[in-house]
Amino acid sequence: MAWNLQSDRPIYAQLVEQIQRMIVTGIFPAGSKMPSVRELATEAAVNPNTMQRALSKLEDDGLLYTQRTSGRFVTEEADRIMETKQTLANELIQQFMENMNRLGFTREQAVELLKNAKEEEK
Amino acid sequence: MNNLIECRDLVKMFPSCRALNGISLQIPSGRIVGLLGPNGSGKSTFIKLCNGLLTQDSGQLLVGGMPPGVETKRIVSYLPERTYLNDWMTVNQMIRFFSDFYGDFDSARAYDMLARLNINPAQRLKTMSKGTKEKVQLILVMSRQAQLYLLDEPIGGVDPAARDYILDTIISNYNPEGTVVISTHLISDVEKILDDVIFINGGNIVLTASVDDIREQQDKSVDALFREVFRC
Repeated sequence: MAWNLQSDRPIYAQLVEQIQRMIVTGIFPAGSKMPSVRELATEAAVNPNTMQRALSKLEDDGLLYTQRTSGRFVTEEADRIMETKQTLANELIQQFMENMNRLGFTREQAVELLKNAKEEEK
Repeated sequence: MNNLIECRDLVKMFPSCRALNGISLQIPSGRIVGLLGPNGSGKSTFIKLCNGLLTQDSGQLLVGGMPPGVETKRIVSYLPERTYLNDWMTVNQMIRFFSDFYGDFDSARAYDMLARLNINPAQRLKTMSKGTKEKVQLILVMSRQAQLYLLDEPIGGVDPAARDYILDTIISNYNPEGTVVISTHLISDVEKILDDVIFINGGNIVLTASVDDIREQQDKSVDALFREVFRC
């Protein structure tokens, strides 16, 4: 799995987003055990404290939980994961709409273009 | 969290210049800290004061709560900017030498890292390239279970692939209560693994901040900020 970090935004915020994505796409399935902070930090080539901060944030958001003795797990609540998926989708849609707007398309035109484009994609 | 390095109004004079101009700072345990500054800014002087190779002219400096000396060498693992190892020795001999010398030296870990970097432990230092020598030296330093690692320009002479491995090694090997201080000007390579940065220039501290705070507040990388602050 590839970690892709940009240099001009806080690292921990980017880690939060990428782990969210890994959870909703099933790379870390619901209820599964997460790798240790150190393993994740090494894999992403970031500071363990930064990874810890990102994981704590995801815990606060309810996507992860810690079992005192056995480590950190992905939530088992499918609703919670679906909600995150929806939030991520909304962000993508908003970005798309903003970009289309900048190109001079109205919302309706953008939707129309999207519908017509679907066949061409693989 | 207690402070591993604590200094107040630290001054170091050399005959021709004031290398450190009364700096005060605290470095807590459990952090990876970048000591960043242009050439001749006082980075190496500060590191040498911390491990007792130099003594200050005035001000106070405590390492692990003690003034630098015999006792602090037990908890400090230092990578100098230059090689000090005997170059007639093989890596095997050097590992024996280090494990004799330091109670916290882990030979197994050293051999493991050598294997990962394809370095033959039977080879003499003299016959190695500059980059390989630097790798060996860093491996020796990182194979200790120290509380404070002082790394003076650890990645300057090695290729980018080995650089990544070395940074990996730093992340995965330092103990969570320990602190790593890295002096370098290869900022974009190290900034992902740093907690905090200290900008130093002309013997003064210009800025201390956490990497994510810099990115959050300035919308730019530490590397970009450095180029801005130290524009020539």
